[in-house]
This record gives sequence, C-alpha cells and structure tokens, in this order.
Amino acid sequence: MSPRLTLATAERVLRQVRHDPRTIGLLVGLPCLVLWLIAWMFEGTPVLDQFGPLLLGLFPLVVMFLVTSVATLRERQSGTLERLMTLPVGRGDIVIGYALAFGALAVLQALVLTGFAVLVLGMEVAGALWVVVLVAVLDGLLGTALGLAASAAARTEFQAVQMMPLIIFPQLVTAGLMMPRDQMPTVLEVISRAMPLTYGLEALQDLAAGAGLHDVRGAVTAVALFIVGALMLGTATLRRSTR
Amino acid sequence: MRNNGSGQPSEPGRAAVRVDGLRVVRPAGHRRPGIEVLRGIDATVPRGQVVGLLGPSGSGKTTLMRTVVGVQQITAGTVEVLDRPAGEESLRRRVGYVTQSPSVYADLSVVENLRYFARLVAVGEDDVARSLAEVDLTALAGRRVSTLSGGEASRVSLAVALLASPELLVLDEPTVGLDPVLRRDLWDLFGRLAAGGTTLLVSSHVMDEAQRCDRLLLLREGHLLADSTLADLLARTGASHVEAAFLHLVEGR
Repeated sequence: MSPRLTLATAERVLRQVRHDPRTIGLLVGLPCLVLWLIAWMFEGTPVLDQFGPLLLGLFPLVVMFLVTSVATLRERQSGTLERLMTLPVGRGDIVIGYALAFGALAVLQALVLTGFAVLVLGMEVAGALWVVVLVAVLDGLLGTALGLAASAAARTEFQAVQMMPLIIFPQLVTAGLMMPRDQMPTVLEVISRAMPLTYGLEALQDLAAGAGLHDVRGAVTAVALFIVGALMLGTATLRRSTR
Repeated sequence: MRNNGSGQPSEPGRAAVRVDGLRVVRPAGHRRPGIEVLRGIDATVPRGQVVGLLGPSGSGKTTLMRTVVGVQQITAGTVEVLDRPAGEESLRRRVGYVTQSPSVYADLSVVENLRYFARLVAVGEDDVARSLAEVDLTALAGRRVSTLSGGEASRVSLAVALLASPELLVLDEPTVGLDPVLRRDLWDLFGRLAAGGTTLLVSSHVMDEAQRCDRLLLLREGHLLADSTLADLLARTGASHVEAAFLHLVEGR
C-alpha cells in the first residue's frame, strides 16, 4: 500500500460521485426531506429531539452501504477491478481509497444534515452536538465498510441491492430501538451485542438523552472496531486472481 | 495435442511468454464447474513480435490471456512472462492488459480515466497525451466515456494499457466491432509498437487478421492446434488461407 495510490483512488471515486447528481441527492437531499417531514408531522412534540439524532446516524449507514456496494460491484463487473489487479496497486489501496472517498462524503453528509436539523428545523440535542456529528460520520463509514465487504458476495447489482435489507433490517430489530436490550430474550440480547448497528444507534440514543463523549466512548470504540474489521474483510475478499 | 508447428524455435531468454503444460479446470463452485478450459498448452511468444491468438469464441483465448497477466488461477503447468513467473509483482508495470469489454470508468471523461491510471503506474501528463494520440482520441479527451461508441471506448481502454509503455501488451479482441479503417489503423499501431521492441499477444476470432501477425497460435476447445508463422502453417496444411488451415487441422486429426 502507498498513500499516493490510495489518494489517487479516493480522488477518482469522488470524481465519479461528482458526475452523478442523483447519488448526491440521495446522500444529502433525501435525508433532509425525511427529517423535514418528521418535523412537520410532529410539530410541537419532542419527537424530533428524541429520534432526530438516531436518523442522523441511520441515513448515512443505509445510503452509504447501498452506494458503496453498488459502486464496487460495478467495478467488478466492468472489468476495471480486474485491470487494477494487473497494475502496481495494492488491494488495500483500493479498499482504503473507497473508504476515504465515502468517508469524506459521510463528513459532508453529517454536517449538512445536522446543520439542517438544528438550524432550520430547530432540533434540540440534549447531549454533545459534535459527538452526534462524529457518530453520524462513523455510522456512514460503517455503512461503507459493510458495503465493501458485502459486495464481494454479490454477483449482480440486483443482488447488491438485496444485500441491504438482508444485512440492515435484522440489525434494526435487534438494535435496541424496539425494546431495551436488557429486556430481550437472552439469545437476542447476545445477537444484539454482536451486531455493529447496535452500538451506532445506542450512542445516538444516549446522546439524544443528554450524554457526552465520555458516556458513549464504549459504543464509539465498538463502531470503530467494526469499521476496521469490515475493511479488513473487504480487503481479504478482494482476490488478485480468480478461478 | 502437442504443438507440431514448424516455426523456428525461439532461443532461450528471447521469449516474452513461455507456456508449459498449462491446464485450467473450472473448480467445483464455479458457474460452469468441471470444464477443462485449457487442456495442456505449450506455447511461446517471442519478444518484439505480434503474435495472434486465433480461435472461435469459447476456445479458451481469454483464459489463456488471463493466465499470462496473472489473474487466472491455473490447475497445472507453468506460465513464464519476461523471464518471471506470471503475475509476479514486478511484472505489473511491464505488462499491459486490455480486456475484451472496455475496462475503464464509464462515468469519467477519457482524460480523467487516463490520469487516474497514469498515477497508478507512476507516469506523467506526457504519457497521457502520447497514449491518447496513439489511439487517435485526442479530440475526444474531454468526453464522458459513457457517451462514446463501443469502438471509441475500447480505444480508451487500449490507451490506458499504453500509458506505462509496457514491454508486453496482452490484448483481448481489440478490433471487435471497429470499422475497417480503424481496424487497419490499430494493426498499423501494433506493427509500430512491435518495431519499437514491444511484444504483442493479440486475440481475435477473425481469421483474416492473421495476415497482420508475425506468428499465430491457433486454439480450439482448449487445445493448441498450431504455434507457427502463417507461411509455415499454410505450407504444412496445404491450405490457401487460415480458415482452411484451421479446418484442415481440426478435421485432419
């Protein structure tokens, strides 16, 4: 791996996204629209303050997962990945290049979304606002990392899209939104603890309830570890030669 | 079937590619498992020549080329490229590969594609301009690849492979779908590159492109039917053109 090759790849991915206004709309416009609808529907109630921060983390996760898994699958199908594998570029350069590019987009998305929710919609976060942004960015990166890993298992763009509900929806059920984790049946509680989304959403729930960085550092560390793990998995499943 | 071609054997160390007893069998779990794609290939590509890899579709041309660039796992045998084992890291700058469908980014412009790959192989803007000129795409540099015709897109893909001025170029059906003028221009380019010392392994299912090759490898159903010059092939089979020679080799067995 070399920083030169990693950065070249990240820059190329960002150029591709810049040429695609629909992806940018999906990354930034759509989440703002949904937040606005919620704010409008529940005007005069604390719903936005309670659930707004959760959505700030959930949107980046889902959207980044989808965009990354389709983008990398297109790379496999168009033959550009095979070409890259014949060039002096490391597998890590490609995976980290993607993570950097989508990480930068996640920062942009989190800032725009949080700014819109707080300044325009008047969302009030009881906890530390900058930690909400931090966790939202990490959730976006987690989506990217999971998307990179998942795209290895998909053969078509349709399968890549199918991966999203397959990987995200069960996690939503066990994440502790529907029922606090300590009230779940033991097996589900164990599953819940093994899932990355649990920690990403737990941190945001705590922040909405008034927590600071110190209170959520465990969950934040867990998300960071899941990101590293998924990126390593994504690199390992990238084969230079195939059968 | 072993090569019984009558072309002069190339001296050791002067071969760009040396293939020995190469077999590729699709493993269980593959979409088409158990198929023996290459059934014991022995072949040589001498340096500085244009070698045509001819055969019908499904004969194993692409698989053979993939073994040369090191992205195909092999079942048995050896493939040596520029005196190194195929796929070795040091070869990645010295070998250029162009897949059958254009492997460039459709959502980037021509020059954006070239600049990205130029950074990966550590060459500069001069080489970007040279590669574009060599495939006659300078005028389209700013166009998005998705707006180009198939032939133009495949020339972008070829330009990417020319960036690092590789010693060996492996081109999978580079002239498919091109109009006769462009096809002639490309073969002229291949000739110029070979004259400058580059080795080219070019696959085609159009038998008459054999005229433009220094040597031929004839492939069918994973067997190598011939490894010789066109003249020797015609003399040996008594045929008047490659198509007839091919039929003679298939049916004469």
